[in-house]
Amino acid sequence: MNLTIKVSAIAVTAALTLAGGMAHAQNVKVAFIEGLSGPFGGVGQNQLNHYQYAAEQFSGKNANSGVTVQIVPMDSKGSPQEALALFKKATDDGIRFITQGNGSSVAGVLIDAVNKFNERNPGKEVVFLNYAAIDPDYTNSKCSPWHFRFDAGVDMKLEALTNYMKDNKAIKNVYVLGQNYSFGQQVSKFTASMLAEKRPDIKIVGNELHPLGQVKDFAPYIAKMVAAGADTVVTGNWGPDLALLIKAAKDAGYKGNFYTFYAGVIGTPAAIGEAGTDRVFQVGYWHPNAEKNALDATYTGFKYRFKEEFYTVATVNAVKFLVAAVEKAKSADGLPVARALAGMKGKGGSGEDIEMRASDGAMQQALYIMQWTRAGVPGVKYAQEGTGHGFKTVRYLEPKLASMPTTCQMKRP
Amino acid sequence: MEFFTISLLNGVSYGLLLFMLSAGLTLIFSMMGVLNFAHASFYMLGAYLAFQVSEWTNFWVAFVIAPVLVAILGGLFERVVLRKTHKFGHVAELLVTFGLSFVILELVQLIWGRTPVDYKVPTVLEGSLFKLYSSSFPVYRAFMMLVAFAMLGSLFLVLKKTRIGLVIQAALTHPETTEALGHNVPQVFALVFAGGCALAALAGVIGGNAFITEPGMAQAVGAIIFVVVVVGGMGSLAGALIASILIGVAQTFAVGLDWSFIGGLQTLGVTVTPETFGYPVWKLKISQVAPILPYLLLVVMLVVRPKGIMGTRDE
Repeated sequence: MNLTIKVSAIAVTAALTLAGGMAHAQNVKVAFIEGLSGPFGGVGQNQLNHYQYAAEQFSGKNANSGVTVQIVPMDSKGSPQEALALFKKATDDGIRFITQGNGSSVAGVLIDAVNKFNERNPGKEVVFLNYAAIDPDYTNSKCSPWHFRFDAGVDMKLEALTNYMKDNKAIKNVYVLGQNYSFGQQVSKFTASMLAEKRPDIKIVGNELHPLGQVKDFAPYIAKMVAAGADTVVTGNWGPDLALLIKAAKDAGYKGNFYTFYAGVIGTPAAIGEAGTDRVFQVGYWHPNAEKNALDATYTGFKYRFKEEFYTVATVNAVKFLVAAVEKAKSADGLPVARALAGMKGKGGSGEDIEMRASDGAMQQALYIMQWTRAGVPGVKYAQEGTGHGFKTVRYLEPKLASMPTTCQMKRP
Repeated sequence: MEFFTISLLNGVSYGLLLFMLSAGLTLIFSMMGVLNFAHASFYMLGAYLAFQVSEWTNFWVAFVIAPVLVAILGGLFERVVLRKTHKFGHVAELLVTFGLSFVILELVQLIWGRTPVDYKVPTVLEGSLFKLYSSSFPVYRAFMMLVAFAMLGSLFLVLKKTRIGLVIQAALTHPETTEALGHNVPQVFALVFAGGCALAALAGVIGGNAFITEPGMAQAVGAIIFVVVVVGGMGSLAGALIASILIGVAQTFAVGLDWSFIGGLQTLGVTVTPETFGYPVWKLKISQVAPILPYLLLVVMLVVRPKGIMGTRDE
């Protein structure tokens, strides 16, 4: 009798495995390797909520094929070493897809790890869905066929931002402040070179890097900006590093304008509040007050569920593209899905046509320059974090205009 | 001039916060010879309890209650744990406080979570106190300075002018004689430990909302208060005050200075380009190395004057 059970069990397993191979109602695990504790833990938790909500809304019973994306959270504490250990754990568990975004320094080691792993383990390839680490090197000199970035790169965002700044004749003295790691260094380098080219009359009165997540008191930096006579600050800071910077600026009564990447990230809108009215700008690929907002229901649904702002559309796009790629490849293995993802087209957060460019794995999508202003007027429907203020579009660039060339020289397997 | 004055004010207010933190540590050390590794954890506990109490009531109640609660916890810890380990020597005491710091960290994360809590400055203390040229000085920073001075004053009065202060001082240098005179020295120790913890908690109450209340806040200040205590001289309150202000001001001004080796070498007639050997080191600006300055000071101080600025221990 024992034997019969065993034989039938084997038969059932075999049948299930076969069915699984045909991509029907598959469960695709994605390891979410992110700092869920430590100085940026708040941002990581919020991004996890985004991903879980996106997986629930855009996969499983809400996808035609029934392909279910299952997010497996893993806490890297924001450290590259921990992230590597978790990557090993994920691959040991047979997970083929990883995602990360907070910290280009972490993304860099993960790209290397994926490249090496895939070289040594043919048939078990892992694909890296990068939702927010935007160091442009990863889609240029260090590009990889296994890496797909759903956010817009520093080069794209700063090209758009400096083009907007170029037309503002009031800008005379610019101060660049960033976090001292790959991303902050790229922002500092690109801002200086792009402004020098587009507006040679603008003076860069300061170009400063501070330790990532260590500074609690930004008052000395604000004093320095005031002393340098800066009328405009460009910063790539995110999370507490931006919220505390803006809080210190508010306390010191600093009147300059801020051009940012991440003013909409959790905790920062509350810090900006009334004091930042019309003075804080952000470059991004979506915002809830966008004219052609295709994710209105997602935004309100997320806000209702978590009492937090929804802003990382890249999580939605990553889930949608992964589901479509698994459907197209009829497989949930790394190699066929990577092939399907390269060049895949879809619809972005503003209903625009987006494309995962095959040559470098960079998402081609629209960009917005937005301004922090009082909500409740036309164009500013939603206020953020109970401040009575929100973003309004001051410039929209369709994907073609937001695109940047790449120097990537990779061969897709 | 504007930069100088504002930086000085910022530096002094930050230094005074450091002093509030290290005062308790140095007091406990001078009394009991215990290097309390969990001191910064009591600072964090103060901030979290203040957040919790101010959620239920308001900031002013929290301002009073939180240090008292932490003092009770600290006193209990001394009574139940530290006193028992005392007979096993200083290493055991050090290790038990080291362990306590992890226990507190994990407890805080269990109760309040791993992400920052929204502990806000009360609305009465928001806004700017005065304007200096184009910069304004926030009311809350002035409040922090006021509290630190008030604490310094009352600490001085208690230690020098009251009976209990005299007993504490006597127990500090001659514990056996003090005991022989009929004073309960272990109870004095418990009192000092509780008081030291309360001071750390008070710093947490006003530092938590000035900066950020999160599980990493103890670790962020943990190292620097040891620097203050060592530089100031183990067990010296006046030394701790001088060292705190020195470090606060030095760090604030260092952020403002853009001097680097490149500038220095250029005045000497040497041109440095990105191709020069060791360029990443030469291009470092003082503002970038500002965060490591206190630790540099610690090393230099230990080499040049191991007993610290006002230290009395000569062995």
